[in-house]
Amino acid sequence: MTHPASRPPAKVKPPFWRDPAKRALIFQLLMLGGVFGVLALIVSNTLTNLESRGITTGFAFLDNTAGFGILQSLIDYSEQSTYGDTFIVGLLNTLLISALGVIAATVIGFVMGVARLSPNWLISKLAAVYIEIFRNIPLLLQIFFWYFAVLRALPSPRGSLSLGEAIFLNVRGLYVPAPIAGAGFSVVLAVFVLAIVASGVFIYWNRQRQAQTGQRLPAGWISLGIIIGVPLLVFVVMGMPLTWELPELKGFNFRGGITVVPEFLALWVALSVYTAAFIAEIVRSGIEAVPHGQTEVSRALSLTNSMTLRLVVVPQALRVIIPPLTSQYLNLIKNSSLATAIGYPDLVSVFAGTTLNQTGQAIEVIAMTMLVYLTISLLVSMFMNWFNARMALVER
Amino acid sequence: MMHNNKKPLLIASAALLAASVASGASAATLDSVKEKGFVQCGVSTGLPGFSAPDDAGNWQGLDVDVCRGVAAAVLGDASKVRYIPLTAKERFTALQSGEIDVLSRNTTWTATRDTSLGLNFAGVNYYDGQGFMVSKDLGVASAKELDGAAICIQSGTTTELNLADYFRLNDMTFEPVVFDTSDQTVKGFEAGRCDVLTSDQSQLYALRIKLADPAAAMVLPEVISKEPLGPVVRQGDDQWFNIVKWTLFAQINAEEMGLTSDNIEAKKSDTNPNVARLVGADGNYGEAMGLPADWAYQVIKQVGNYGEMFERNVGTGSALNIERGLNALWSNGGIQYAPPVR
Repeated sequence: MTHPASRPPAKVKPPFWRDPAKRALIFQLLMLGGVFGVLALIVSNTLTNLESRGITTGFAFLDNTAGFGILQSLIDYSEQSTYGDTFIVGLLNTLLISALGVIAATVIGFVMGVARLSPNWLISKLAAVYIEIFRNIPLLLQIFFWYFAVLRALPSPRGSLSLGEAIFLNVRGLYVPAPIAGAGFSVVLAVFVLAIVASGVFIYWNRQRQAQTGQRLPAGWISLGIIIGVPLLVFVVMGMPLTWELPELKGFNFRGGITVVPEFLALWVALSVYTAAFIAEIVRSGIEAVPHGQTEVSRALSLTNSMTLRLVVVPQALRVIIPPLTSQYLNLIKNSSLATAIGYPDLVSVFAGTTLNQTGQAIEVIAMTMLVYLTISLLVSMFMNWFNARMALVER
Repeated sequence: MMHNNKKPLLIASAALLAASVASGASAATLDSVKEKGFVQCGVSTGLPGFSAPDDAGNWQGLDVDVCRGVAAAVLGDASKVRYIPLTAKERFTALQSGEIDVLSRNTTWTATRDTSLGLNFAGVNYYDGQGFMVSKDLGVASAKELDGAAICIQSGTTTELNLADYFRLNDMTFEPVVFDTSDQTVKGFEAGRCDVLTSDQSQLYALRIKLADPAAAMVLPEVISKEPLGPVVRQGDDQWFNIVKWTLFAQINAEEMGLTSDNIEAKKSDTNPNVARLVGADGNYGEAMGLPADWAYQVIKQVGNYGEMFERNVGTGSALNIERGLNALWSNGGIQYAPPVR
């Protein structure tokens, strides 16, 4: 079919409902309006109904005195503190268990993942048994196991297991001496910070030097020497300005020193060991994703086994490992809310538990709690995405 | 004890949904109960004497009998109750969201709970006070000697607050070990996680018989608080509030008049005007509450008077063997007192 070339196509502007771009915009606006409309309806309806039922609403309760005790607190908390403080206490306890859990799970997971690939039959099978056992038992049961079966088997305070009369372990927890800084200890700390900076500079210099001359010094050992040796020397020169407060059995319990409550220990062990089993599998799959040829080539270049792992395999494996690792970290953080089952005072147990019940303001408390988990998870995600982008293979 | 910790969250979101969807906030509970054919009753997760399932799985106890009384008054059949076990943390949200019709779960009547939660306390079925249980080999004779002790408590209770007050007042320190259910607190106590178990005294007696060796534990003499325990209903439904309140009053009045589940049949035609009004032979006192004229008769016939209920569940007829004490009738030196039916 042909048209006479001389006739220009008629340029009639279509009505706006025929214009796909405008139509799409209109539908999206309608949709958005609908979503916000429903949200507004739910909120206003909730507020009206709460009021008509005589249920107090609002966040004024956060300033009221809480009046109950909390087992473990990282900030100064007493019974006269406010409900707002219980939120902080719970939040910090959640962050503490999450951070330590992530660190422990990562270390155990990497070790187990590498061990799983070990040419040594025994090591590889032991790692396999570990992974299959802990990955396949529900976490809540594992938490109960560590809490009731393992920790409860410990002796009472009067029959504590002790190590040099300084560290005590009993059913009430682990008691370790608390360091008390004397005069001049801040100097040691300052030297310690300086040593870290100095070793950083040294590593940078070493790298430059290697790039230019091809020679390198054992940077790891030297910087370790700087970081530990120098502050230690200063510490001795200053006359060891550090005393230890030993835990002592007074009345019913040990007082003084630092107490690690059994609820914390049980939860920490359970979370780390459980998540580490998944991380081990992720690490194994990541390493296996690096073609074997790469290892063979680096061997042919006479790199040692540890150098092959450190310089060739791990950097490439990390690309595969990091995205699923992020999910495991998020799982661990969210699973820490199982704390409430054994009474570790985390955010859910303290704030969404006791505080919710004493104030009765379920909606506010639960909303705040959910918001906290959402925020933590999004922040971790963001950090891991940034880390992933940094680790991604740069194609030249 | 296995415990699903997702429950409070679930219930809270259910509360949010219910609060946002249901428009007629104070819909008549009575109508919905009649329509369903049973009373939904929130009880504890297992507290002997108050609410605990027996060997056959039937719920038994003083708090359970309150619900049975309400069912007898409303539906004429005390067995038409559906029990929903709740932890201390879950109980109020469950009631607010309409998951239960009446909460009868050894709940202390306090100002905050009565005024700011949208709830009403319908009376007191047990006057209690908080106490301490210790193991005998601790060698403690008074609560004043408990400085520095680790104490097992149930989360979300008035106990948690009283404890902090008491220790502060006496200038002592303590280590709170907080669990979700009373079962868990007992386990913690038995395992030696804590030196002391604190709760309402009646509960301590009930929990003591749950211990592997009850004789090794003792309850300290101090009572550090007032704990009036009673059934709770939603605020805004006065009819239902009246029904629960007067069911309990009817049982207390019946004890005062000497009416029991055994003799009420014979006393139905009694000439005593007080008795005649209560059993519905004279006038119809149920009508204003939307109940049949023989509501109180059914309660007493099927559940018994307050004294029977007490003795059977927590008193001398039970394993708990608790004295009537404050819970005796006002005419016997206690403070149980009910307004007259007339």
